[in-house]
Amino acid sequence: MVRLRSPQVEENIFIGLMIASTFIVVSSLILILATIFIKGFPALNLDMITKTPKGGYYLGKEGGVLNAILGSLILGIGATFLALLVSLPLVFYLNLYLKKNSKLALAARFSLDVLWGIPSIVYGAFGFILMMFFGLRASLLAGTITIALLIIPIMARSMDEVLKMIPFELKEASYALGATKLETAIKVIFRQALPGIFTAILIAFGRGIGDAAAVLFTASFTDSLPYSLFKPVATLPLAIFFQLGTPFPEVQQRGYASALILTIIILCISIFSRILSGKFTKHTIK
Amino acid sequence: MNIRIIKENLVRRTMFGLCLFVFSLVFLMAFGLYQKSKPILAIISLKDLLFSSIWHPTQGHFGLSSFIAGTFWVTAIAVIIAVPLSILTAIYVSEYASKRVRSFAKPIIDLLAGISPIIFGVWGIIAVVPLVRDYLMPFFTKRFPFFPFVSDNYTGFSALTGGIVLAVMTFPIIISVVEEVLRTVSFEIREASLSLGATKWQTIKYVVLKKARPGIIAAVILGVSRAFGETMAVLMVAGCALGVFPKSIFDAAYPLPALIANTYGEMMSIPLYDSAVLLAAFILLIITALFNMAGWGILLHIERKQACG
Repeated sequence: MVRLRSPQVEENIFIGLMIASTFIVVSSLILILATIFIKGFPALNLDMITKTPKGGYYLGKEGGVLNAILGSLILGIGATFLALLVSLPLVFYLNLYLKKNSKLALAARFSLDVLWGIPSIVYGAFGFILMMFFGLRASLLAGTITIALLIIPIMARSMDEVLKMIPFELKEASYALGATKLETAIKVIFRQALPGIFTAILIAFGRGIGDAAAVLFTASFTDSLPYSLFKPVATLPLAIFFQLGTPFPEVQQRGYASALILTIIILCISIFSRILSGKFTKHTIK
Repeated sequence: MNIRIIKENLVRRTMFGLCLFVFSLVFLMAFGLYQKSKPILAIISLKDLLFSSIWHPTQGHFGLSSFIAGTFWVTAIAVIIAVPLSILTAIYVSEYASKRVRSFAKPIIDLLAGISPIIFGVWGIIAVVPLVRDYLMPFFTKRFPFFPFVSDNYTGFSALTGGIVLAVMTFPIIISVVEEVLRTVSFEIREASLSLGATKWQTIKYVVLKKARPGIIAAVILGVSRAFGETMAVLMVAGCALGVFPKSIFDAAYPLPALIANTYGEMMSIPLYDSAVLLAAFILLIITALFNMAGWGILLHIERKQACG
């Protein structure tokens, strides 16, 4: 680092650099949202969200992306539910059943960290292998399982953070009344952690809905509405990807509109989680 | 036996099973991908696959080197842009910023982490591609007509474009880890430094950052790994042209993850193609897993040292 004559000058230079960096980071998000709104809003109409693609949609004929919106929501909800079935018991086990410095808990938490960092395309490839192994075809079921695997670390890690914060005395009080660990988990800890658990679920849901790389192989794409677990399903991120991939400006416009729809869904989930996390505190002990 | 106790034991066993499942998932993924990439490894040696740049699946040539070079370019550009900006932002937000600025900046950074990769890709196409094509590339090729800036790719879909978009995507992870690490530096040693007459910046530079250095390294490792595996956004903006060995930041780059994503339709129809693509996924898994183990390992070490006093 350059040695400047006055420490005050150096400090001011660096504060200036820091403010500039923070400004760039914050404005990059605002820029992204603004770009999507400006480009997507003019192309957005009721047809986009109420119709499925008709013949020649990708050449500029009429239709909408209802198939992708519904597909993404169903797939996202299914995957979130599956991930919840794994994550919730897992974090209860880590926090209630295992001792504080147990090797198993350490290993499980470390695995979650590593899984969290594995790119979604690798989950997609793994889901593809699983699918072939079980003789499935690209379908809603395969896509749901793959996304569930992808969001388990996201969900479990944030739930773990919540459960770690719960005061030790609360568990002790419950045990002292003769409750088993399971009863303590369900009747005491779960209620206390509910706001945090809800936030974790919504974060995972948002991530699951937005991911494209993992469903590319496993859920494929279709122009019809989702109606069977064993049939391909359309997802919004892939709909955006395919529409932008066409050479026709009208279709690309709709791609921007679809991007706006996805952004609005993710913004809603984010805002919703902030509001709800404050509202579920009825049963919590301060 | 009491029904409550039976229930308790049953649940305990199930939970233990789930714990093992999560623990073994990484190995399961590695095993599955390795099994599927075996057929190609049996025919072509790993060295040829990694260092040959000829990619002609129909003729049985599966050289991955131009994809590896593409990954390298895009990741390096992203890291060069993202690391200084993220570290400075993290220091500002955790050390200098007023409560109001912090409560404004934090949710925004969280939101940035939650936005879909596809949205970053769309933004890249709308905003970053024209920026690179119309401003950055003419500027750099005119002023600096030498090694990493010379290119004949005038589309704007380039390694630099991919790198810029990736940099924005890696901000949240680096910022949140660095912030977390800065928070673990104890108040007492800051006070000790301040009481010796050091200014706030001197304290941060000589004491806080020194203490936080391993954690910052971990944050950078995790950022690199994130940039390394990102797929869709890069696929949309980095050009992804076959047969180009990227030699400039303005050349089209075709990183490994994009290769995997782009071949989903055709890979079952050509022999060994699927095996080559799954080998690429296996390489990606091993590298990102190692990076994450290193990064989280360092952070775990810091946390435990903290707990011991």
